[in-house]
Amino acid sequence: MTTTTAAPARRRSSGWHGFRRLLTTETKVWMRDFASPFFGIVFPTIILLGVGYFIPGMRETITDAPPDSVWFGLTPIATFLPTVLAMAVGTASLTVMPVTIATYREKGVLRRLSTTPMRPQGIVASHLIINMVTTLVGIALALVVAELAFGVPVPSRLGVVLLAMALGLSAMFALGMLVAAVAPRPSSANAIAMSLYFPMLLLAGLWTPGPIMPDLLRDIGQFTPLGAAAQALTTGWFESGFPMLQMVVMVVWTVVLLPLAVRLFRWS
Amino acid sequence: MAQPIVEVSNLRKTYGDKVAVDGVSFTVQPGEIFGILGPNGAGKTTTVETLAGLRHADGGSVTVLGHDTQRDPAAVKDLLGVQLQEATLHDKITVGEVLQLFAGFYSRPADPDELLALLDLTEHTDKQFGRLSGGQKQRLSIALALVGNPEIAILDELTTGLDPQARRSTWELVERVRATGVTILLVTHFMDEAERLCDRLVVIDAGRVVAEGTPTGLIDGLDDERTVVVRFGADDAGRARERLDRLAAEHPDVARVEELDGTPGEIAVSGTPRVLFAVVPALAEADLVPEDVRTVTRTLEDVFLAVTGRTYAPQEPEPELTTEGVRS
Ligand SMILES: Nc1ncnc2c1ncn2[C@@H]1O[C@H](COP(=O)(O)OP(=O)(O)OP(=O)(O)O)[C@@H](O)[C@H]1O
Ligand SMILES: [Mg+2]
Repeated sequence: MTTTTAAPARRRSSGWHGFRRLLTTETKVWMRDFASPFFGIVFPTIILLGVGYFIPGMRETITDAPPDSVWFGLTPIATFLPTVLAMAVGTASLTVMPVTIATYREKGVLRRLSTTPMRPQGIVASHLIINMVTTLVGIALALVVAELAFGVPVPSRLGVVLLAMALGLSAMFALGMLVAAVAPRPSSANAIAMSLYFPMLLLAGLWTPGPIMPDLLRDIGQFTPLGAAAQALTTGWFESGFPMLQMVVMVVWTVVLLPLAVRLFRWS
Repeated sequence: MAQPIVEVSNLRKTYGDKVAVDGVSFTVQPGEIFGILGPNGAGKTTTVETLAGLRHADGGSVTVLGHDTQRDPAAVKDLLGVQLQEATLHDKITVGEVLQLFAGFYSRPADPDELLALLDLTEHTDKQFGRLSGGQKQRLSIALALVGNPEIAILDELTTGLDPQARRSTWELVERVRATGVTILLVTHFMDEAERLCDRLVVIDAGRVVAEGTPTGLIDGLDDERTVVVRFGADDAGRARERLDRLAAEHPDVARVEELDGTPGEIAVSGTPRVLFAVVPALAEADLVPEDVRTVTRTLEDVFLAVTGRTYAPQEPEPELTTEGVRS
């Protein structure tokens, strides 16, 4: 088109011009898919409530532990909370985000974006942010419900808990990003995600939380991102000492998986 | 002629052993509708996506508005609107939202509302992408290619899958868009579309340019054989065939007589441009009154036949199976 003098000059874009609108539009559109926000936010809390109310004895004080043990006087549902939080960390990152990105790839949305001055990375970043926020909302919801419904005590060391949560998030989102990077189709993204998600939940103590986890599971679990997160959270919440091994494990997963995801990411 | 706005020279692109584009060259002038025409798999999409900087060339050079898009694809993103052959949007995003969204990416965007009006989409502003008809999706796709106020728009197979009515209105749109000053690179496997819309075009076959020029120039450049088709009822058909065969043997302007398959009683008489003058008196003299007479207009299909030796029989492209994953 002919350039009129009034028109602003063409500008070489940084590749992020319009990102704010991209993020808000993606959020709006994503919320129209009722299932994904709902699942990401509510699922951990539903598990918490289900276990708390439907499994007998979960709300009774533990009296069969030695009186000097950290578990003495707690309720089993309280020892289950770190597992629920780890699950919240793993749900949106692994089961929602990779499928969304694989769908965009399959539909050609990423390619279409690469014809514009916006980088296709913009849409990936949007979904990283959206799912991070969903995860944090899900965690907050689980904490509120845990407090209101079951009177779970506050963490003994908040700093350890927050660090464990942050590292768990980074490790799990790095893993989710790797799945998103390589899965050729939404169905394969879903299949890969699910085959990682359930074993990880097992190792994070979904079926055998905190004190009742068999040693073998605990030993294996501490080397997985979600197992390490659950164990570090448990330590920070109820026990003493610093869960150094688990923290390092989560850092290593992040440092290995994230660059790998960036390198292997397929845009079309 | 003005400085070309797009220059492709000796472009090559291979996928493994398969040579998809094999030394394609052409130039596009500002303001024209330039066509890239060819059968399925000829390498049209590969050519335009490489020139837009979306795929890596294996050889040759592409310059768009003075920028080498292979070295620096980002330089033209603000100036080039691309409608991809295979790309859809999120089913739940609305027409208005996606146009606003894309407008935000460009430094000098068009007014989304004006664009909606230009493409007859105003009443569908709040409709979600998944609920649009094929023609509406195609029009939105064109709108997205134009929302950055581009100097050049690349439109790849924009009428594939549309009904004849929607195709014709899409053609009118393309002409409306060109009237606003945008240079258009039109990729198509439809001969009639290219003939109707393009100022100039290249015909690509198996990765090579086999013909280049204006549609009428290409057609006029064919040999000057003309054909008259006459149709007779069952009673007269045999006698007419005999008479015309005799004419072909005697008359210098008549070269061949063939019965056309398909319609019974239809006879095609070919020869020099004066063949019609030979046929009519011969039939009149024998009192053979045809039910129908037509002269055959030549089209780009004849050009294709002349340059490749094959008839042009494009099938509708198969729905893509799993090839997208390996596109690069
Ligand atoms: N990513 C790819 N990997 C392997 N082969 C490819 C790839 N893209 C295209 N091809 C092949 O290269 C050739 C040219 O393809 P291209 O899509 O450029 O053709 P086209 O002229 O646009 O065809 P159509 O009319 O079907 O759109 C075809 O044989 C196609 O199968
Ligand atoms: Mg094509």
